[in-house]
Amino acid sequence: MYVAVKGGERAIDNAHAWLAEERRGDREVSELSVAQIREQLALAVNRVMAEGSMYDPDLAALAIKQSRGDLIEAIFLIRAYRTTLPRFGYSEPVDTGAMACDRRISATFKDAPGGQVLGPTFDYTHRLLDFALAAEGLEPPEAVMAEPLPPEVPHVTEFLDREGLIQVEEVPEDDTPRDLTREPLELPAGRPLRLQALTRGDEGFVLGMAYSTQRGYGRNHPFVGELRIGTVPVEVDLPELGFAVEVGEVVLTECETVNQFVGSKTEPAQFTRGYGLVFGQTERKAISMALVDRALRWEELGEDNVGAPAQDEEFVLYHSDNIQATGFLEHIKLPHYVDFQSELELIRKLRREAGTSSSAVTGVLAREAAE
Amino acid sequence: MKDLTEDENAARKGWMSLLAQAPAGDLAALWADAGLTPDFTWLRRPEVGGVMVRGRAGATGAAFNLGEMSVTRCSLRLGDGRVGHAMVQGRDRAKAEVAALCDALMQGEGGDTVEAAILTPLSEARRVRREERAAKAAATKVDFFTMVRGE
Repeated sequence: MYVAVKGGERAIDNAHAWLAEERRGDREVSELSVAQIREQLALAVNRVMAEGSMYDPDLAALAIKQSRGDLIEAIFLIRAYRTTLPRFGYSEPVDTGAMACDRRISATFKDAPGGQVLGPTFDYTHRLLDFALAAEGLEPPEAVMAEPLPPEVPHVTEFLDREGLIQVEEVPEDDTPRDLTREPLELPAGRPLRLQALTRGDEGFVLGMAYSTQRGYGRNHPFVGELRIGTVPVEVDLPELGFAVEVGEVVLTECETVNQFVGSKTEPAQFTRGYGLVFGQTERKAISMALVDRALRWEELGEDNVGAPAQDEEFVLYHSDNIQATGFLEHIKLPHYVDFQSELELIRKLRREAGTSSSAVTGVLAREAAE
Repeated sequence: MKDLTEDENAARKGWMSLLAQAPAGDLAALWADAGLTPDFTWLRRPEVGGVMVRGRAGATGAAFNLGEMSVTRCSLRLGDGRVGHAMVQGRDRAKAEVAALCDALMQGEGGDTVEAAILTPLSEARRVRREERAAKAAATKVDFFTMVRGE
């Protein structure tokens, strides 16, 4: 039982004033602008948008500034803001086949049509600290340009699809997905709801779950068939017009995995798929999401439940949300004086009954707890 | 409002999309330079909200909810009765207002000015922006067969 406490307003106000001063840091150091965070800490901004479940780089950058770089706190701020916005509608499903790709790689086909395009990646860097970045005022190096590639790059899985080598993605008759932001999570969730939970889930949690499948807890032999990052338009049907218009563009990361095959006496062996799609340039998250999506599909694909955590829909979905998790976790630091007092009374009584006397130390604790 | 043909709808979809994606600062500057000051009344004042963006499992399968994006929408009527709508990315109310005014003007008198002074430069800026990124991406294309990179 949680019993509210009163008082402490002045201390709270003063704590928040000090927080604001500490947030600003040393005044000899120039203040960070929201635009600087948006432009120069873009991957932090992307993570906050993905897990905040709200695509707005300026808001995400503001949240990072306000939270002093605590990204889960920033995600919390975005989630809270999100709930204040009226919902104007749902977009048409984005067409990632029409993505203007900054990056597009395949780990399965060396000569994938459309080519292997590395984009602005950390891959193949040496992970050595670059002290040149510590020096201010240096001219930034410019990216090299080449003749632009064809705008539309086909999905790698299409080639497997054409030969019938990979399981087909079916569009259900009722293609209106359930929405976590509009109804409480109920199980069984089904794949669309799982994908919504995973794409906004905590990167660390989803990464850990994905890693566990690689280490053998529900292994599903993934290949990254394709990873692409780029811009897609978002189309919304405007009822006053009777047709859809593009209301903006979003950067997305998409990962399609090609996994171990299933087959039976009646059906020939076929590759299966896992899918990750996340706001922003967020490839660790998108790959993780695809692995966990695939692990959670065990039942639909007729696989055994080996009892692996990543196969457990309830376990994964109820623990992937870092705002729910941190809310419940962090509340235990708030005053629980009354509950603790009752526990203390109980343990004293038990000890009295057992013939032991409470020590002077617990006496002091009890007095403090009662305050 | 008169019924628009399919071609007119496609054209309108084109300019509304272009206006929605335009950087707010660019649109504001072009609008100011165009010197247009049409009278209008609000049908719906600019309002910030969210649109839930959807994706498809495996890119082509069942739809799922990916996350929201911020948008601003408004509707207005010009003195001569033309109605303009806007739903634009972000939370800039002035951007939505200008986009709705352009949408209304494009349906008749003043459309030529909007096209020349606002839409054409926006479209050109978007083309350049996209080509630049595509050119940078192209320079990072892995070529397994060529040992010497062309110059």
